[in-house]
Amino acid sequence: MRLDLSNLAAIIGMALATYACRGGGYWLFRQIRPTPLIRAVLAFIPGTLFVSYVVPALVAGGVRQMVGAAVTLVIMITTGSLIGAIVGGTGAAWLAYSFL
Amino acid sequence: MTDPVIFTRAGFFQGARESVPLLIGTMPFGLVTGITAHGAGLSILEAVLMSAVVYAGSAQLLALAAWTHPAPIVAATFAAFVVNLRLALMGPVLAPWLDRLRGWRVWLSLFVMADQTWAQSVRTMNAGGNDAAVLLGGGTAMIVVWTIMTAIGHVVGSYIQPPPGHPLFFAALAIFVCMLVNMWRGPRDILPWLIAAVVAIIVSRLLPGGSWHIVSGALCGSLVGGLLEHYRKTPA
Repeated sequence: MRLDLSNLAAIIGMALATYACRGGGYWLFRQIRPTPLIRAVLAFIPGTLFVSYVVPALVAGGVRQMVGAAVTLVIMITTGSLIGAIVGGTGAAWLAYSFL
Repeated sequence: MTDPVIFTRAGFFQGARESVPLLIGTMPFGLVTGITAHGAGLSILEAVLMSAVVYAGSAQLLALAAWTHPAPIVAATFAAFVVNLRLALMGPVLAPWLDRLRGWRVWLSLFVMADQTWAQSVRTMNAGGNDAAVLLGGGTAMIVVWTIMTAIGHVVGSYIQPPPGHPLFFAALAIFVCMLVNMWRGPRDILPWLIAAVVAIIVSRLLPGGSWHIVSGALCGSLVGGLLEHYRKTPA
């Protein structure tokens, strides 16, 4: 159970930086009075955020990740089961890793 | 949403219950974070503390990959900020809920907000849900599981070190793919999503190792989508 001082300082620094993002984004938003335009833009954030997360990761990950993503996508769209899609997609990625 | 926003125990447990598939998908990610923390020379106490107070997987992995002794305080802090900048965009989306809450309910809900539980809450909110405690419930379940998995990973790390490209880690990405399906609202999303994808790919090449590609992709796509929608509705 060692707690090194410099490690502790780095962890606290990371925690503060992270909360500055988590809480700070909304705190800033509260200071301004959002116009209808800002609201219209915000409505597109959830989808575009996940697109920006997933697409570059898939491009970097190559064919095996694409196979996993395709299976995940198909299961999710057809069954709507989150857990089925995650397990099925990860299984497919695993198979792709083994054979491709 | 016409009903007043409420914040109930039932909402809290609804959020926790609905986050179960997300938790299962995140478990391998937490395990890897614990294993990596062990490999970087952190004690189990330090690894658990990091997961409990930083609570941001990709930032933790990025910082741990470059960990030194003594610890890189400035570099780790900066890495956390850059990787987590996307979280700053997420809070405002939940403004219809958060604006009507007071004090600790707002700031604690935001503290436990993770990408996956946030997406779940956005979906509930957009479907007309008015119990904002869903966000706190899902987030609390997530931070508890995340921290426990880090501890287990740290112990496992003494025995095995799975290679970074292991397919088990795909589970984390699979969640995000599922979130895409949940976020799809119809043809009006096509152009903003295409722009987001292209911008994100380009920026991820130009500025690797942060979340700049996520922030810029989301902002460019959303700006185009929002502007088009706004001026279509209110012609000048």
